[in-house]
Amino acid sequence: MNLLSLFGKRGASASVAKNRLQILLAHERADNGSDAALISSLREDILAVVAKRVDIDPDSVKLEMDRSGDVTTLGIDIELPAARAS
Amino acid sequence: MSNATVVVVTSGKGGVGKTTTTAAIASALAKEGYQVCAIDFDVGLRNLDLIMGAERRVVFDLVNVVRGEASIKQALVRDKKLNNLYLLPASQTRDKDALTEEGVASVISELRMYFDWVICDSPAGIERGATLAMRHADEAIIVSNPEVSSVRDCDRIIGLLDAKTKIAEDGGRMPKHLMITRYDTERAKSGDMLETDDVVDILSVPLIGVVPESKDVLKASNVGLPITVSDETSPASKAYMEAVRRLLGENIPVTIPEEKKSFLGKLFKGRAA
Repeated sequence: MNLLSLFGKRGASASVAKNRLQILLAHERADNGSDAALISSLREDILAVVAKRVDIDPDSVKLEMDRSGDVTTLGIDIELPAARAS
Repeated sequence: MSNATVVVVTSGKGGVGKTTTTAAIASALAKEGYQVCAIDFDVGLRNLDLIMGAERRVVFDLVNVVRGEASIKQALVRDKKLNNLYLLPASQTRDKDALTEEGVASVISELRMYFDWVICDSPAGIERGATLAMRHADEAIIVSNPEVSSVRDCDRIIGLLDAKTKIAEDGGRMPKHLMITRYDTERAKSGDMLETDDVVDILSVPLIGVVPESKDVLKASNVGLPITVSDETSPASKAYMEAVRRLLGENIPVTIPEEKKSFLGKLFKGRAA
């Protein structure tokens, strides 16, 4: 054992790096980079549906993608205009 | 008449050591007695000439040959030390479309007749220059640093090697070798750098060599000599020479570079053990 390794915590950033890469590459290999196109068309379709009922500002729609393990989740967050007082 | 093996040195990401690797491998093969040609595909940003110390002797280049303005024999620059090593320089033209698919195909097939090994130095990126450099290869050396962005880009390049090359289109599979450069054993041991096994696991490409981070590489480029010529005792140079033996088919284990311990380091290690 090296004396230096007695001091401080062993860095663990390499295992984080490996983990991130494995998840990312598993998705990239499967998707061939079509993610961006998919997200953009989903965004447009969903906006169109919601816009039928309410006036929404296209800029107030947030899309989030989370890839972890074998699962990809897509989160859509639409800010509805303040309800009018009756 | 020879029938060369064409090897592409590629990585996706820039600055990982493609040109250093091309020069080192080409020179080491030449020292083994083979007829070797190194081609620079980085049109507009050529540098292999500089790393090989041939920059003042470039007259014609790859684009001149592709356009029929010079013959291959006129454009080849002979190495100043190894008389069986030649360089086909890239041009400094800004025209990105200067290389044509047919032109490159005919240059490579002519070079196959004159040489035992043709080593193609790919530009960074996944554009035309990079795909043309890999197009006619028989084998690929993929250069990666033990670092996330470099590994990710290598994965993209592996995808291209399996889709956009002549071998792949003919239903074959491109043989690939992984060269890890700028490796720091101490940092990998302490968990701050991806280890060689991590990179091999992620990319699923067999290792051909591990080149340690070394001051000798910059010194070699300063004087325009490939590292395998300038300093045979350097750990980086030894790693490249070992990789070449593996490229030639020898079945030898890959040496993972060991940090040279200073006297103080040894003392510390001794005390702690």
